[in-house]
Amino acid sequence: MASRHQRRQRAAVDAARLATERGSVGVTRAKEVAFKAFLLFSVGIGIAMLVTLIVKAFVDGMPRLNIDLITAFPSALPEQAGIQSAIVGSAYLMVGVAAITLPLAVGSAIYLEEYADKDRWWNRLIEVNVQNLAAVPSIVFGILGLAFIVRGPLGIGPVILAGSITLSMMVLPTVILASREAIRAVPDSIRQGSLALGATKWQTIRHQVLPAAVPGVATGMILALSRAIGETAPLLLVGGVTFITFNPELDPQDWFGFDSQFTALPLTIFNYLARPQEEFRTLAAAAIIVLLVLLLTMNSIAIYIRNRYRKRLEQN
Amino acid sequence: MPESVTDEEHTEIERSRRTDEELLSRGSDRASLDVGGAARPREGYGTQAHIWQREKVFELSDVRISYAGVPAVRDVTMNIHKNAITALIGPSGCGKSTLLRSLNRMNDLIPTASLDGTVHYHGEDLYASTVDPVRVRQLIGMVFQKPNPFPKSIYENVAFGPKVLGMKDDLDERVQGALEGAALWDEVKDRLDSNALGMSGGQQQRLCIARALATDPDVILMDEPCSALDPISTGKIEDLMLELRESYSIVIVTHNMQQAARVSDATAFLIVELDEAGKQRTGRIVEYDETEKVFTNPSDSRTEDYVTGKVG
Repeated sequence: MASRHQRRQRAAVDAARLATERGSVGVTRAKEVAFKAFLLFSVGIGIAMLVTLIVKAFVDGMPRLNIDLITAFPSALPEQAGIQSAIVGSAYLMVGVAAITLPLAVGSAIYLEEYADKDRWWNRLIEVNVQNLAAVPSIVFGILGLAFIVRGPLGIGPVILAGSITLSMMVLPTVILASREAIRAVPDSIRQGSLALGATKWQTIRHQVLPAAVPGVATGMILALSRAIGETAPLLLVGGVTFITFNPELDPQDWFGFDSQFTALPLTIFNYLARPQEEFRTLAAAAIIVLLVLLLTMNSIAIYIRNRYRKRLEQN
Repeated sequence: MPESVTDEEHTEIERSRRTDEELLSRGSDRASLDVGGAARPREGYGTQAHIWQREKVFELSDVRISYAGVPAVRDVTMNIHKNAITALIGPSGCGKSTLLRSLNRMNDLIPTASLDGTVHYHGEDLYASTVDPVRVRQLIGMVFQKPNPFPKSIYENVAFGPKVLGMKDDLDERVQGALEGAALWDEVKDRLDSNALGMSGGQQQRLCIARALATDPDVILMDEPCSALDPISTGKIEDLMLELRESYSIVIVTHNMQQAARVSDATAFLIVELDEAGKQRTGRIVEYDETEKVFTNPSDSRTEDYVTGKVG
């Protein structure tokens, strides 16, 4: 809801913009128009590509967009096949990624922002490392997961937990970055005020800085999850078997399901697309729609959180 | 144990006529007349003893505060007395805020800051290694230039100090008492759960004062508390200061000379000096005396120039 001041500001800016645009004469005016056209064209191309993708997926997948899709498991017969195990597998993976990434990322961010002395070389080294990790191709994380988690020292096998750990390593730098930004955005005056009252540094972080940083951290976490949910390459290596006809068991012995073999949405899509039958491609398109809907929902939640809390802090 | 400052240590300090020796010796001569003793009485003094005769809250001796070795303010020797409002005035950069922050060890938070000399608080060395800065800040509260309420409810803001310090009993009464002490209770008692950021600037600053009061302090430090506020809010806070003086000792840094003249009992005037090489700017006290004297009959011509508006 715009305040009176904001409305007046907007009106003034609009008036100024009109004056600038209308004021141009002749060649300058043509340049203005051409520039604007070019900008619209650039935006248009991006949107057009996205719209084409979504429309094609819808058109191809429409025949199979019904409840059977979600209730049925993969099968050799396309009429009976669904993607339930893929959806549940993806959900498990995301829960695992969130549980692993959140404490590690927030802890790292707190250390780097609040405790690390930037003049020390090892702290600068940590920072550079974190930034570099964000650029590593996802398949490298898959190899890492295969070598050290599925086999090697941890050796837990091609199970959901291995997939979660691998994906966590991949998204960790992003969430660390988002958390650091969120912590940095908390005004220093809040810390000073808290310390001046007699709070210790940790009390200040726990009671003032972290609560104020929650929206930024949540946004970063959700955006990281929305990236992880679509990753295929690392999961292929870590053992995401594509033909799974069961859901993981919520059994304590099976680590509540994390110790079970799994599949995920992108893996199932990949698998269905590779099959010769036309019906499987329809199924794949339907699965793509499901994945897109999930992505859209997650991103919308992240944006909503970010917008709502930005207003709250800016009320100052 | 506290060492009393001897006269010899102060002969080398250049001062204006009403010299620091006189102040200090007067203080120590009259030590037996100090009222109050160890406890901090909450009720007012009524007809107050003369300011220099009251108990000394802070005794600064040859204090020099430096950032990364460069002195920001030096040769500070002064006493701050109980239940008085002591004002620090002077041009920008003379180290007033630095000096103020040294009184509750907020300079500890700046890694490059260091302090030479001694600061005694009720006779104890404030910077001794055995002193807990957390306890110091409980007893010596601070209000900042720009109101900085936490992005929480009004109640949570005021309750934060007591909570983190472990004073968890009677939290409601404590919050109410603090808000009453800051002359804010009547305005907010019906909306204690609303966000503190929704208040006006003057109310926010009074909330910050209430926050400081909630920890049962002995001293309240104020760093230009009204410079971000409109004149009416400023007036309210000045009235509040005069009320608070009954129960607390207040040290205030202000750019507003009229404010210093209005509310304070004692005023210290600082200036910035260039060193011989002409490179470093360091602050020091020119004159420290009763406010009335500083403003009507100052001993140093530089003070006179400043308070009459000829310079600065």
